Amino acid sequence: MAERVSSKAMQDVQEEGVLKAVSRRDFIKGVISSGVAVSSAGYLFRASSILHGQQLAAGVGERLITLNVNGQQRRVDVMKQETLAWTLRYKLGLTGTKLGCDRAECGSCSVLIDDIPHYSCSVLTHTVRGRKVLTIEGLAAEDGTLHPVQQGVIDEQGFQCAFCMPGFIMTAVGFLKTNPNPTRRELAHGVSGNLCRCQDYDKILTALMRGAENMRRSSLG
Amino acid sequence: MAVIRDVMAAFELYQPSSVADAQKLLEQHGPDAWVLAGGLDSLDWLKDRIRKPKAVVDLSGIAELRGVRTTNDGNDGIEIGAMTTLTEVVNHPVIKQKYGLLAESAELVASPQIRNQGTIGGNVSQDTRCWYYRGGWPCYRAGGNICYADTPEGRNREHAILHADRCVAVNPSDSAPALIALDAKFVVRTPKGERVVDAEDYFIGPDIDITRLHILQPGDLLTAIRIPSTWARAQFYFEKVRDRNVWDFPLMNVASAMVTSGDRIERIRIAVNGAAARPLRLKAVEDAVRGQPRNTATGEMAGRLAVQGAVPLQFNAYKIPLMRNLVKRAVSGVEEATWAS
Ligand SMILES: Cc1cc2nc3c(=O)[nH]c(=O)nc-3n(C[C@H](O)[C@H](O)[C@H](O)COP(=O)(O)OP(=O)(O)OC[C@H]3O[C@@H](n4cnc5c(N)ncnc54)[C@H](O)[C@@H]3O)c2cc1C
Ligand code: SF4
Ligand code: FES
Ligand code: FES
Repeated sequence: MAERVSSKAMQDVQEEGVLKAVSRRDFIKGVISSGVAVSSAGYLFRASSILHGQQLAAGVGERLITLNVNGQQRRVDVMKQETLAWTLRYKLGLTGTKLGCDRAECGSCSVLIDDIPHYSCSVLTHTVRGRKVLTIEGLAAEDGTLHPVQQGVIDEQGFQCAFCMPGFIMTAVGFLKTNPNPTRRELAHGVSGNLCRCQDYDKILTALMRGAENMRRSSLG
Repeated sequence: MAVIRDVMAAFELYQPSSVADAQKLLEQHGPDAWVLAGGLDSLDWLKDRIRKPKAVVDLSGIAELRGVRTTNDGNDGIEIGAMTTLTEVVNHPVIKQKYGLLAESAELVASPQIRNQGTIGGNVSQDTRCWYYRGGWPCYRAGGNICYADTPEGRNREHAILHADRCVAVNPSDSAPALIALDAKFVVRTPKGERVVDAEDYFIGPDIDITRLHILQPGDLLTAIRIPSTWARAQFYFEKVRDRNVWDFPLMNVASAMVTSGDRIERIRIAVNGAAARPLRLKAVEDAVRGQPRNTATGEMAGRLAVQGAVPLQFNAYKIPLMRNLVKRAVSGVEEATWAS
């Protein structure tokens, strides 16, 4: 069912020449908010014909699974070969997680799985069933209060373009859970698996150190 | 290198919860099956569509493959499940205290996130990083009849200086030489039963099989790595040389375990990786330095001996003095150089 809906959606999209008509982000958000099951159509513009054809041909489709993301149980159709970054961004609409290299070489896709930082581009979604996934969208408190590390980043204006920021923040939060009081050097080592293309690592570290301090203070108070 | 082609080709994913079930699945699917551990080597192959297995067998749900246990062989050794992550290896108190060489080598792998996910079994079983081969070029290792790296223009700065045989690729693992120096045993489950092999015999060169870096046949699983207490708390030396301090594979590394009495070297095991298609245990060096004083002269002798027979390619001649110096430092115990940052 889900597949039929989405392939219909794909057809419409392809016929319209979607890139002219709607931005992909609008399209995806639209599909999500209209409550239609978002299927493999999520982000096919880059490789639509290949993936689409393959699905039909091989008959290896999606399976409806339940994931624990940001404290919510999310039901979602997932292909066997789908990565977590893909599911988060293009099925669940959680586009705060960025895809940079898709090869475990940049860190922009970092999320926490059971509190441990992982590159979500290099994890198969089916392998995180039953585990807790936390993305940048799930960090702030329910009333909107930012996480202490997010607040530290804002206070210190830690990033420039900020493409790398969600990855850095998630990695830092994961690291600080087990090392709440790091030296600057230890924290640098903790986030050494994250690259910033704008490259003011010094400023990033200052912001994350401030975040660490905020975190210690908030757990005291 | 990392070219985004598109998403992975479709495969069926199996998630067994026991080794026996995993093995059944592997048997059933034969050469169409792929063993998935942490996925950090595996997913590259699948994303690039160089390998297109029909059945991927994910080991992450098999509890018996995880964790570090002390062995009951009366000698206080340990057994590390193949699916134990590198971070778990680095942080394990017994490994840190007694087998620090392994913790040190694992801590220098890749990046924190990769260590959080990459497994010790995957680290020793990973394939070479020769980019021609990984890019899908039909070279010897891929079943063809040419080596693209071993040509006058070939990009071979990272390639082998020893034991090349048509293929000049190197083994990229950081933990492998440390495990050889610790005299570890690898537990392999084959369809015919269990086999325990010495760490150094787990790895093979192109002279034995040009398509694989290790002895595993389709259907085989590495289940655990055992470290005997023979070298517990010995004097260890590990050094890795790489271009960047994070992510980069070793251009070369060296691992040694040594026991001295007075200033004499009483026992020693030493291995290097990044020099050949398999991590090399340097037996000749071990024999030559045993009984010698641990000093610079002995180190220099060891270094010279280690590189005997080395043949450089167009762009990797630097590896000969590099290996000489690493072996020298491992034997004589000179502090490695560090960068101030
Ligand atoms: C960007 C990057 C940088 C890296 N840098 C380094 C580095 O500096 N040093 C280093 O040593 N490594 C490095 N690695 C390699 C990484 O550590 C290994 O890829 C990883 O350890 C492989 O382990 P894995 O658990 O991810 O296994 P996978 O990728 O899932 O498996 C690797 C291979 O081993 C096989 N395999 C795995 N486990 C078993 C088993 N139990 N039985 C049978 N077969 C098995 C798989 O079939 C596959 O062929 C790097 C990787 C990346 C992506
Ligand atoms: S070094 Fe080996 S893997 Fe690389 S191109 Fe030559 S034959 Fe292939
Ligand atoms: S996108 Fe995952 S590490 Fe770069
Ligand atoms: S701030 Fe631009 S990539 Fe990091």
